[in-house]
Amino acid sequence: MATDPGKMNYTANELMVCQAARQLRDGEVAFVGIGLPNLACNLARRLHAPSLVLIYESGAVGAAPERLPISIGDPSLVTNSLSVCSMFDIFAYYLQGGLIDVGFLQGAQIDRFGNLNTTVVGDYARPAIRLPGSGGACEIAILAERVLVIAPQTRRGFPERVDFITSPGFIDGPDTRRRLGSTGGGPAMVITDLGCYEFTDGEMILTSLHPGCTLEQVRNNIGWDVRVSAALETTAEPTSEELRIIREELDPAHLYI
Amino acid sequence: MATKLIRMEEAISRFVHDGDTIVIEGFTHLICFAAAHEIIRQRRRGLTLCRLTPDLIYDQLIGAGCVGKLVFSWAGNPGAGPLYAFRRAVEEGIPHQLELEEYSHYGMVARLTAGAAKLPFYPLRNYMGSDLPRVNPQIKTVACPFTGEELAAVPALNPDTAIIHAQRADENGNAQVWGLLGVQKEAAFASRHTVVVAEEIVPETVIRSDPNRTLIPGLIVDAVVCEPFGCHPSYAQGYYDRDNAFYLRWREISKDVARFDSYLDEWVFGVRDRAEYVERMGASLTGLKARTHLSKAVNYGY
Repeated sequence: MATDPGKMNYTANELMVCQAARQLRDGEVAFVGIGLPNLACNLARRLHAPSLVLIYESGAVGAAPERLPISIGDPSLVTNSLSVCSMFDIFAYYLQGGLIDVGFLQGAQIDRFGNLNTTVVGDYARPAIRLPGSGGACEIAILAERVLVIAPQTRRGFPERVDFITSPGFIDGPDTRRRLGSTGGGPAMVITDLGCYEFTDGEMILTSLHPGCTLEQVRNNIGWDVRVSAALETTAEPTSEELRIIREELDPAHLYI
Repeated sequence: MATKLIRMEEAISRFVHDGDTIVIEGFTHLICFAAAHEIIRQRRRGLTLCRLTPDLIYDQLIGAGCVGKLVFSWAGNPGAGPLYAFRRAVEEGIPHQLELEEYSHYGMVARLTAGAAKLPFYPLRNYMGSDLPRVNPQIKTVACPFTGEELAAVPALNPDTAIIHAQRADENGNAQVWGLLGVQKEAAFASRHTVVVAEEIVPETVIRSDPNRTLIPGLIVDAVVCEPFGCHPSYAQGYYDRDNAFYLRWREISKDVARFDSYLDEWVFGVRDRAEYVERMGASLTGLKARTHLSKAVNYGY
C-alpha cells in the first residue's frame, strides 16, 4: 500500500483494524464478525471503549474471549461471557429489537451505494463462483443502527453495481432504504487498505487516504469514477500502543495481521 | 418407562429414508458428524437437507451423493474458506445437480420457529432491498393486520427428522445442552421425529437436578443414541474443543474429488461406527479435551 514502505512500521491490516476501532464508542453494542472486526472490537475495548458490548450471531452476548476466536461459534466466546442465548433471541430480540449500534460486514463485492454481495459472482442460476451466502449479513445490513465494512480494495471487488445484493446498503440512491422501511441507518464507513469512505446521498465518498497511498491507486482499484471529499484527510497512523495491543495481546500468532 | 436408547445404525435406518427432509442442527457447536457419517454409510439418496450453516457435515453428505436439495443460509467453511463439494455441485453439477433454497440466518431461524409453533409462516422485518426474495419465491411479504406495515414472511419448516446432539441426556431423551444453543430447540419441536445423540447418558436424577438446562424434553424424542466424540471435528463445550486444524485441512481434502473420496473411504466407509473412528483417531482427540471451568451451582430449593 505504501509508496515508501521503508517508512511504515505497520501493515495495512493493522491500520484497518485501528481505523475500525476508532469508529466504536464506549457503551455501544457491536455485532461482531471473525477476523479483523473481532480485532477492532477487542482493541477498542482495551483503549477508549472498555464497556463496548460484543455480540456474536452464534448467541454469545458480552463475550470476553481469552483466545482469538477462529470461528464465529468458537467455544472461547462462551466461557466467561455475560449471556449465551438462542439464535432466535439474537436475531429477533437483539437485532430486530433495535439494540445493535454497529454491525461489521464484509463482502466479495461492494458497490458505489454500499451494497454487499456474498452470494454469487455472475448469474445466480449459473454462477461463475458460488459464494457462501448471507448468513446474518442481510438482516444486520437492514437492522443495525450503522454498518462498518472492512475490505481490501480491488477493482473486481469494488464494481459500480454488485452482481447480487445480498446485504443492502443504500441500494440505488439516497432515499431508497428509508422508502423500503429499513430501520437501520445503513453503511457508515468502508475501510480499505487504501483509504476510508463515508456516504453522502447514499454514495461512497473517499474521505481519507492512508499514509503513503495516492488518489491514483484509489482510482485504479475501484470500478467507477469515485467522488472525493473536498475535505480529504490523511488517515491517522496506528499508535505504538495500538500496535502493541494488537501484536502482543490480540493476535500474537499473527493470524490476521 | 422403556428405554429409547438405540445404536446409531438403527436410528438412521429407522428415521432417515431416501427423499426425506432432514435437519441436523448445531451452530459451529454440537454438530453431529457421527449421524452424517452413518447416513453416508447407509447410502441414503435424494435427501433435502436443512441447516443454517451446511458446514463440513453437509459438504461431506453433498459430495457423497446423498443430497438432492439444500435449504440453508451460509455455506462456507467457517474461518477457512469455501466448501468445495458444495461449490462443485452448484457450479459443475458434481456428483449431481443440487437444488438450492436460500435464506439468511434470521429467515432460517424464523422458518423453524414457525414450524415449532405449528404456525404457517413467520413475519420478520427483513429483506427489503436484498436480491434474496428475487431468487427465492418462498420469501414473501405480508401486511400487518393492525398497522398495515409490510413485513417479510417465510413459510414454516417442518422436517421429517431432526438430529440433535446434546452434552448429556437420559434414556428417555431429556437432553441438556449448554454453550451455544443455535436453533436446536426450534428444529426439534418443528420436526415430526427427533433423534437425540448425547456425549453421555445420565440417570434421570441428574436431569432433574438441573431442569432449566433441559433444551429438548423427552416427550418429543423418538430415539436416543450415546456417541462420545460424536461431534468431532466440531466441538462439545466442556467435553472437547473444535478441531480447527481439521477444518483447515478440509479445505485441501474437499478441493479435490479423489482426496475427498479417499477421506470417505478411510474415515466413513472404512470404519464400522463412531466408536471405531474415535479409536482410530486415538491420541489426536486427547489433545482436544476441554479444561475444567465449572459454573456455580444454583439452589433449586423452596
